[in-house]
Amino acid sequence: MSALLVAPVVWPLATAALLVLLQGRLTTQRTLSTASAAAQLALAAILLAQVATQGILVVQFGGWDAPFGISFVADHLAAVMVLVNGIMGTAVAVYALRDIDADRERLGYHPMFHVLLAGVNGAFLTGDLFNLYVWFELLLIASFVLLTLGNRREQLEGGIKYVAANLVASMLLLTGIGLLYGATGTLNMADLALKLPLVPVGLATTLAMLFLVAFGIKAAIFPLFFWLPASYHTPPVAISALFGGMLTKVGVYALLRGFTLLFVADVALTHGLLAWIAGFTMVVGVLGAAAQTEFRKILSFHIVSQIGYMVMGLAFFTPLGLGGAVFYMVHNIFAKANLFLIAGIARWYGGSFELKKLGGLYRHRPLLAVLFVIAAFSLAGFPPLSGFWAKLVVIRAGFEVQAWPLVAVSLFVGLLTLYSMTKIWLAAFWSPVPEGVTLRAGPAPALLYAPVVALALLTLAMGFASAPFFVLAERIGAELSDPTGYVHAVLGEAAAATFVARGVAP
Amino acid sequence: MEAYLAVVVGAVFAGGFYLVMRRNLLRFVFGLILLSSGVNLLVFTVGRVSRGAPPIIPEGASAPVGEVANALPQALILTAIVIGFGLTVFAMVLLLRLYERLGTLRTDELQAHLASPRPVPGLPDEEAPA
Repeated sequence: MSALLVAPVVWPLATAALLVLLQGRLTTQRTLSTASAAAQLALAAILLAQVATQGILVVQFGGWDAPFGISFVADHLAAVMVLVNGIMGTAVAVYALRDIDADRERLGYHPMFHVLLAGVNGAFLTGDLFNLYVWFELLLIASFVLLTLGNRREQLEGGIKYVAANLVASMLLLTGIGLLYGATGTLNMADLALKLPLVPVGLATTLAMLFLVAFGIKAAIFPLFFWLPASYHTPPVAISALFGGMLTKVGVYALLRGFTLLFVADVALTHGLLAWIAGFTMVVGVLGAAAQTEFRKILSFHIVSQIGYMVMGLAFFTPLGLGGAVFYMVHNIFAKANLFLIAGIARWYGGSFELKKLGGLYRHRPLLAVLFVIAAFSLAGFPPLSGFWAKLVVIRAGFEVQAWPLVAVSLFVGLLTLYSMTKIWLAAFWSPVPEGVTLRAGPAPALLYAPVVALALLTLAMGFASAPFFVLAERIGAELSDPTGYVHAVLGEAAAATFVARGVAP
Repeated sequence: MEAYLAVVVGAVFAGGFYLVMRRNLLRFVFGLILLSSGVNLLVFTVGRVSRGAPPIIPEGASAPVGEVANALPQALILTAIVIGFGLTVFAMVLLLRLYERLGTLRTDELQAHLASPRPVPGLPDEEAPA
């Protein structure tokens, strides 16, 4: 049992170590990397199945029980996120076989890719705040390398902004963790949930703000998102897709965890602020996208905009809102990453990411056009695709708490998203081929198409057979809004009773 | 003792933030180094400081006797120092590459370069299609 909980971290780390030893043998590295990513996906699926049948799983490391040792906790949210990471890892590993050039592979692309996956899984599974910081740093350093690998000019320019913003965020996170430890004497998240109600509300709220900024930079919320559109379009498409899909969502996950389990002392203030942030993030991101004419830059600004919807679900702080935020997050990871991958195929045919230099792809490759439509219109929230249901749940949660202005903003932003997606459709797919551009005769390699088709099928499944996804989202929403089960699983019966007695649980 | 250390932490943070907000990226990294030292000192301080009470369990006992020093912050700091070292070294190498490429580390000049990039011979600016 404990092996299963540790596997999503140990497996990719072991793979990375092995890949370092195989440095230079490209074919072996490629095979191992892809096979390992697929195996990790299988492990994640088993983990989620176990959590679904047995409830929250906990491992205490080194024979030290919580709160003294480090715990790994897999509740439904963590298990789902690990599974999503496994899916994205496999999809990107396959796509990368044709997208990442041999130079980058020789420079160490493969090991770093698996270190990144391990860091992301660690951040999802850990139940210890300082340990969360360590996993964040691990995924950061791997992402730094992947972002700048290849040493292109635009990569360096984007990379420096990414590195600067994230290093400042790490400093703030560590400061927050230090002060929180000083105030409570513990770092275990369940134990913190138990002890934070004893801390004066003012101090707890101040600490909450520090974490909001630190996690907020990593999640790219307004006004801390500037680094994302400056850097996410610069690396090869496979890396952009993994970053655009997974990495900012680790920040959102941290926000979800922190502002349901830990910082709930003054919900009116913290979550009220989150609601404002959500609105501005949505609007600013989508307006930024409207001004762009480059395929990947449009997508990068939309990442920011979509983060707003997830924060909106969190800000409502109801089971429905929280479940909706998670549903939205999962839908968005698939759709967004897929759009990046499709941009890569579009460039394979058209030779550019600039919309002005693209055209005629609908006539040239109808299948690619269909795949784009599925991902793009799901992102814009067209029924019955996954994005429609995701928006519907979050907006219904808004109706329940009567947050009319935010609901109105989110509907308006949905229209603008549609505008951006239509812009790409018209320029790259529908309009005639621009003069002086010849489309490459196809078809593009099947290894580029396979992950795109798989992700599009997932988007369709979440749209047409959404019932099981809803059930899961509902359970996650219930778990997040009442963390008694989490505390019980980590610290035991007596602690859970104290937790309820302190009146934190609703 | 904690009060003095708190003042020192504040001063180090102030210096760090001052440097982080400078136009020169090298100063930015120096600021980060200062900040990370400040954070380490902060973690050390919040663990409460004591003298002459090593956290050693006497023979035959299963827990320390009486008040002993808190050993956890030191373990945390050790981890943070190692992580901070790695990140700083990476940031320095990135700056070196940027300087080699563009000949400046001033953010305003980098911004101007961004507006009108000039190609560097022998080094590709963008990806060639796969």
